[in-house]
Amino acid sequence: MIPLLLGVSLLTFLLMSLAPGNYFTALKQNPQVSPETIARLQAQFHLDKPWYLQYFYWLANVLRGNFGYSMAYKISATSLIFSRLWNTFTLSLLAMVIAWTIAIPLGVSAAVKRDSWIDRGSSLIAFVGLSISEIVLALLAMWFAAVTGWFPIGGAPGPSFGLSAMQQFGDYLHHLILPALVLAASDIAGIMRQMRSNLLDTLRAEYITAARARGLGEGWVIYKHALRNAINPLLTIFGYSLASLLSGAFIVENIMAWPGLGRLTMEAFFAKDSYLVVDCVVMATALLVIGNFIADLLLAWSDPRIRLE
Amino acid sequence: METAEPISIAEAKFTLSPGQLFWQRLKRRKIAVAGGVILIFLYAVALTAGFVAPFYYDHLNTDYSFHPPLWPRLSGFHLIVPRTEAQADGFVYHELPNDTKPLHFFVCGDKYKLFGFIPASIHLFGTGDSNYPVYLLGADQFGRDVFSRILYGSQISLSIGIIGIALSFAFGMIIGGISGYFAGSTDTVIMRLCELIMSIPALYLIISLRAAFPPGMSSSEIYAMIVVILSFIGWASMARVIRGMTLSLREQQFVLAARALGQSHLKIICRHILPNTFSYVIVAATLSVPYYILGEVVLSFLGVGIQEPQASWGNMLSAAEDVQYLQNYPWLLAPSAAIFVTVLAFNFLGDGLRDAADTKSL
Repeated sequence: MIPLLLGVSLLTFLLMSLAPGNYFTALKQNPQVSPETIARLQAQFHLDKPWYLQYFYWLANVLRGNFGYSMAYKISATSLIFSRLWNTFTLSLLAMVIAWTIAIPLGVSAAVKRDSWIDRGSSLIAFVGLSISEIVLALLAMWFAAVTGWFPIGGAPGPSFGLSAMQQFGDYLHHLILPALVLAASDIAGIMRQMRSNLLDTLRAEYITAARARGLGEGWVIYKHALRNAINPLLTIFGYSLASLLSGAFIVENIMAWPGLGRLTMEAFFAKDSYLVVDCVVMATALLVIGNFIADLLLAWSDPRIRLE
Repeated sequence: METAEPISIAEAKFTLSPGQLFWQRLKRRKIAVAGGVILIFLYAVALTAGFVAPFYYDHLNTDYSFHPPLWPRLSGFHLIVPRTEAQADGFVYHELPNDTKPLHFFVCGDKYKLFGFIPASIHLFGTGDSNYPVYLLGADQFGRDVFSRILYGSQISLSIGIIGIALSFAFGMIIGGISGYFAGSTDTVIMRLCELIMSIPALYLIISLRAAFPPGMSSSEIYAMIVVILSFIGWASMARVIRGMTLSLREQQFVLAARALGQSHLKIICRHILPNTFSYVIVAATLSVPYYILGEVVLSFLGVGIQEPQASWGNMLSAAEDVQYLQNYPWLLAPSAAIFVTVLAFNFLGDGLRDAADTKSL
């Protein structure tokens, strides 16, 4: 995990250093800022050094828990990154909860009532869901918010002066719910199809025939015996779905103005705040790696045959 | 193929080759055939976009900003196009009475290059008079025809999908083949690199790759850049799967035979091992094209891909990002329908190909 994050940071750093110009290039055009000031600031940020030295300065700071100072935002990058990381985390988590609570029952009922209208209908919806991009969904959601007025038209939770903790939480949730729904919608199709095929495979197993032969009720067979075994392999697609979720969140955040890591990355990219871009990429990767690690732990916990090395 | 087993003529009459079997199974899947037909149609239209589109992609007509869709009407035996005029307040248009022009086919209009190099000015339909524009899908902020721009955008999206996949899969197959064939430390290094690339959430990696390119590139440079970026991300997952397949294929006897004949390693990988992975690769490629198309759309949408005035589905959609525009001029969302149809067709075809290539099922 640690070597991976080091590799990711090194790769991103190298890419950012290939980019011509830095944050101060635009500042040089400003006649009010003297060249000496710029040179001093560049030295302060180590931007006058070769990229590998910059990397070591950056790494040494990060290892001490200091993500530096955002040139564009003029505030500590550490607090900026962590507040944005938290927003991306809550967005992805809520989207995941919504997606799984909708997709699992749908997949189960599609498998149980195979070739019925519910199976055909849900597989059609799955195809549509797999083919529609988050951009379109997010734009439609914005349009929906504008027409109905039920949700804020994108944006961040407002300032919290004079609001009770409960009201703050409500405001946060009110802003969060629509982006999360959009993000969940694009995730449902994959999980549902996986659930359906897992359950169908399990239902073909011999112990299911044995259970039926013993005269167990169909409900008991499916929910007590088959479903438990069919859910296990789903944990392995958890990691995969997390990766697509983070990329989806990137799009949704940028369109619906949710102040998450993806939006910060784009803002930092346009401002040429290269350290901040690297910080964002590393943090997003860390989120993904930790998520996969948790998925592995869950898998080992739910399936005693798997041993973690 | 050198490795094919000799089949006696009598036998051949009764058994179908794997290829024939594949076709037979594919043709049985209506939805896959439908996907394939739609794709052939889309690619044909994209190839002749200049001819099918009534306007060139940057044909400005500022008198008709945000003109709603206007279809030719049937009048007697002719299709006619009415003339419209903006009302004084805002972009609301009304038709002028008794002022129409007949719609012609194969009409002379904007100059374009057919297939990218044949200069031409004949269009499939139009009025031949820019005061009587045919806006099948409305007009954008600058009065440019959305329908024409979608067609020109399809040239970019559809070709990026194919070129991107060809590049990244060729690269992924060779790297994966080398990794699996030589195993050992070569394998370890290559696989760690793949894991590194795959562990970064795709869009974050795309944006950091984008940062490595200078601003102010020409449109063809940007196009090449998008292909390079998307291929750089795509090859890793392909290489991993091919490597897994190669690991088992290299133990097969035909590989041993090829080595005993003294063939070079590269030749063994390319001529003997990789062809065995083709059926998987073709299915995986078809199912991955949508990711490349959507990748271009996202980049252009975020403003770091194809730039105005060039038309791309992504940068057209970014006009709809303004909620007010979206509410008043919903036809700005039209490119999303094009994206949807294309991606759906690829998914249908890929799904059918996967089922047909699965030789275990009947």
